[in-house]
Amino acid sequence: MKSMLEEIKNTSLSAIDSAYTLNDLEALRVKYLGKKGDLTSILKQMGGLSPEERPVIGQLANEIRTRIEDALENRAVEIKQAQLESKLREETLDVTIPGKKIFVGKKHPLATVWDEVTDIFIGMGYTVVEGPEVELSDYCFTKLNTPPGHPARDRQDTFYLTEEEDICLRTQTSSVQIRVMEHTSPPIRIISPGRVYRKDEVDATHSPMFHQVEGLVVDKGITMGDLKGTLNTLMQSLYGKDVITRFRPHHFPYTEPSCEVDMQCFECKGAGCRVCKEEGWIELLGAGMVHPKVLEGCGIDPDIYSGFAFGIGIDRLTMRRFNIRDLRLLFENDMRFLRQF
Amino acid sequence: MKLSRKWLNDFTHISATDKEYAEKMTMSGSKVETIECPGREITNVVVGKVLDIVRHENSDHLFICKVDVSRDEPITVVTGAQNVSKGDIVPVALHGATLPGGIKITKGNIRGVKSEGMLCSLSELNLTVNDYPYAASDGIFIIRENCVIGEDIRPVLGLDDSIVDFEITNNRADCLCMRGLARESAAVFRVSLNLPDPKVKGSGGSITDYLDINIENAQLCPRYTARFVKNIKVGPSPSWMRERLRSCGVRPINNIVDITNYVMLEYGQPMHAFDYACVSGKRIIVRNAFEGEVMATLDGTPRALTPDMLVIADASKAIGLAGVMGGENSEITENTQTIVFESANFNGVSIRKTAIALGMRTDASSRFEKGLDPLGTLPAVERACELVELLGAGEVVDGVLDVIASDSAPVTVKLEPEKINRLLGTDIPESFMKDCLTNLGFSIEENMITVPTWRSDVSHYSDIAEEVARFYGYDEIESTPLRGATVQGGLSERQQFERSAGALCRGMGFSEILTYSFIGHSLLDKLNMPPDHKLRNAGLILNPLGEDRSIMRTTLLPTMMETLAGNNSYRNEDVRLYEISKIFLPQDGKPLPDEKTILALGAYGLDMDFYAFKGCIEAVLDSLRVIDPTFRAESGQFAYHPGRCAKLYVEDDCLGIFGQIHPQTAENFGIDHPVYAAELDFDHIFRYRAKETLYTPLPRYPAVLRDIAVTCDINITVASLSACIKEAGGSLLQQVSFFDVYTGPPVPVGKKSVAFSLAFRSSSQSLSDKDIAPLMTNILDCLKEKLNAQLR
Repeated sequence: MKSMLEEIKNTSLSAIDSAYTLNDLEALRVKYLGKKGDLTSILKQMGGLSPEERPVIGQLANEIRTRIEDALENRAVEIKQAQLESKLREETLDVTIPGKKIFVGKKHPLATVWDEVTDIFIGMGYTVVEGPEVELSDYCFTKLNTPPGHPARDRQDTFYLTEEEDICLRTQTSSVQIRVMEHTSPPIRIISPGRVYRKDEVDATHSPMFHQVEGLVVDKGITMGDLKGTLNTLMQSLYGKDVITRFRPHHFPYTEPSCEVDMQCFECKGAGCRVCKEEGWIELLGAGMVHPKVLEGCGIDPDIYSGFAFGIGIDRLTMRRFNIRDLRLLFENDMRFLRQF
Repeated sequence: MKLSRKWLNDFTHISATDKEYAEKMTMSGSKVETIECPGREITNVVVGKVLDIVRHENSDHLFICKVDVSRDEPITVVTGAQNVSKGDIVPVALHGATLPGGIKITKGNIRGVKSEGMLCSLSELNLTVNDYPYAASDGIFIIRENCVIGEDIRPVLGLDDSIVDFEITNNRADCLCMRGLARESAAVFRVSLNLPDPKVKGSGGSITDYLDINIENAQLCPRYTARFVKNIKVGPSPSWMRERLRSCGVRPINNIVDITNYVMLEYGQPMHAFDYACVSGKRIIVRNAFEGEVMATLDGTPRALTPDMLVIADASKAIGLAGVMGGENSEITENTQTIVFESANFNGVSIRKTAIALGMRTDASSRFEKGLDPLGTLPAVERACELVELLGAGEVVDGVLDVIASDSAPVTVKLEPEKINRLLGTDIPESFMKDCLTNLGFSIEENMITVPTWRSDVSHYSDIAEEVARFYGYDEIESTPLRGATVQGGLSERQQFERSAGALCRGMGFSEILTYSFIGHSLLDKLNMPPDHKLRNAGLILNPLGEDRSIMRTTLLPTMMETLAGNNSYRNEDVRLYEISKIFLPQDGKPLPDEKTILALGAYGLDMDFYAFKGCIEAVLDSLRVIDPTFRAESGQFAYHPGRCAKLYVEDDCLGIFGQIHPQTAENFGIDHPVYAAELDFDHIFRYRAKETLYTPLPRYPAVLRDIAVTCDINITVASLSACIKEAGGSLLQQVSFFDVYTGPPVPVGKKSVAFSLAFRSSSQSLSDKDIAPLMTNILDCLKEKLNAQLR
């Protein structure tokens, strides 16, 4: 009997070892440990044993049962582990296959630059004011010290909506200056971004519609030094702390003194190259101290208040920022272009 | 304005290099565009004398010259030119010479004869017969200038100059001439200035015996000055004059014309010369043109004049278009004996209008239109006569006719140093200010500044401040951070809302576009907009760039369609675009249009259909917190598919329209697949946003869900079914979600099956079947009763 038990132990353990599925394992459990199993049927024969043999065989049988149970359990863990590993292997993906396409729309490059400039001024305490694009010539010109007959008002440069030329498409966002000054008392600190129009045929560097950001500050004791400080801050925000600027005398009817602001060419550092047309400098914007006549015309006493104004062309700024060589691309809205931003 | 630095030396000596000169002039407000050295590319070309010339033995067209170039030995040069003779003075390019266009000359062997250089023609030196009228246009340049054998050719031909091209601002007409720029230059470099007054000897007689001047329109011609020259000898002007004209970009013609141009360049005052033989009645009349008057200008073109144009006339006819161009009928010719020099001051605005109306901007008109010094006429005419005498071109008759029709008092401005420093943020001493101003020709007595007549741009203390600042140096003004009251800046709620809307559209895959505000009628036709549609009432541009850019848009749809069509033609797939921009709606009784902001969306592609598009709009509106928008079918809108178009409402206000574009319209734009567009009134969207957001507690009890499918007539809308269910469901019915619609067997023809998922929930207890059953019954009864919709 003892040898039969040993036999069961050996065959069962080796069978468990070579089982590969949980089902096989269950079958083995039934075969050896089940009610009609091999071990059970041997134990049923214990009745025929002598009283001395019985506890010895009984103990042995229990030991063997425990061994088989442990083996079954261990093997089950092994098989589950192997099955999991094999499942995971099967589930392996080519992680280099591109993800499902979700296209997030693009912001127009000009709007990006526009917002950037706006945000810089908001940070300096400016308010954003908008004004009409179809404008009274009074606001676009006359009140900006540009009386009727001035060349800037020529029909070959300005679009008009009436024969009397009293309504035009604004040629500059400066018109908003007047609207603000007429209705607000200083201190004034505004910028006005917007579309402007001039009668230029479309080509790589011209467009009959383009974009400006106008700035206006009016308060007591505003100086040309303040204008320089403000525009230098803008330039540093846009082009980095190392930007070199120069303020060059210029002429605008509605500012006096007037200036243009140039930035040293980033390409050649002032030596002269193709980017700056051999000048070493790149023209960025026009500015000046608000002409006292303009203040006066808006009901602001120029003996008490002074101010400065500036206008920045956003289209050129955008072209430079993104190295866009042809202005037309900005208005064509070809997805192959927009997608790049 | 081109300036010759050699010519500048007549008036002031500036030793700065070209680069330094350009830099300092630019920073004082006279911006230098370019500097060109005409002789820069010419090296190692010298004056030579042909000692001997013989035919080349091995050629029937080549010659061998012995040329003295003042070296140890004469050199041998082989030339193909046929116009060279013994004794000629010629330009010789020596071995290693360079010529314009990057040409290099080296020694060579030409058919067995060594050639040590090249004789040059005019064109090889970048010159023309206009510069040297005596030279052959197609042969070697035989020099007749004063020169020394062996000397560098560049000074001989005036090519050792630097031409500085200035961009002069509109307010500084006084800088459009040599004397004006000399004054600026001397002031910038703080060196002395010498502007000599012209001196005319005269030859007796009196101009009044020949001529009388009558200004009929004093406003358009404040001053007219004339002198008279007889026994004219028309011929080429001397080389120094031609060189200077050439360097300033003016083509030499003959001595009389050259003198007028030379004076214009030197004094900035346009001049004109009439052939006196053509002036009838001994009179010059400055008058407005007659109605219907026609005159041929110097360029041979007959010009139809209008009464607002000013002409120079004699007793019987117009002989010049004032300030623009002379008349053909009084042109200087080879036979001209006697001339009248005109030097006049005209009203700039009038001249500009005339020039623009006739489409003939001339050098003279572009100067007059900027407003010239009224006192400039006399010195200019004197200078012209001085030059006539210097060139021996005629005899100047004594006397000047100088008619001053209207005169203005000199402008004075108070010098207020403190005020100037306050404006600039500087501490510039008064003495510095006075120096700057006197250097520029202003005179100061006590503290009163008299502005020179050529500076019509200065009339105010701020103008004085600019003069001071530009000589002090803008760069010297210290940058200061903005002081003053702290103000709260930032975007308004509306501006932030617009930025959010853009971001949401991009989140839905729409890219931002930017299109022109003006469109053409033809684009509206392409949209099939009816001819009498109210959106055809648009602001018209009086002087558009073309029909296609002639009206201010009243809808964003045309440019959206155009952009979609463009992308379609580029074969861009799955395109989604948005634009937030303005339309311009004319308003009755108001001069300016109503500028409304519109959010336009446009899309096409495989993953786009009506409901996908609507879903995007709903998502954007939801994220912008627009409360309870509803949709109503719209079948009568041009450009849209009659069965796939909806208007969007909040309460009773229409927020916009969207849908599939009518296939015919799409076809007009070359698109042969479905395309979708929306036009939403952004001002309304902003108005209907939820102004505040309050939290609702989360439910504590589970919802009970019921799905139903009903069969109803195919024309019954989901919205009406849904509304009916909501009404019948009572307060416990929290949500009605549409999830399917089906037509086809077994649903009978003309019917459809619509499925909804209903969620019931109470805030105070869990609901049971018992609670729901009567509600469901009521819902089904109502659906049947009101919409004839039956449970499937």
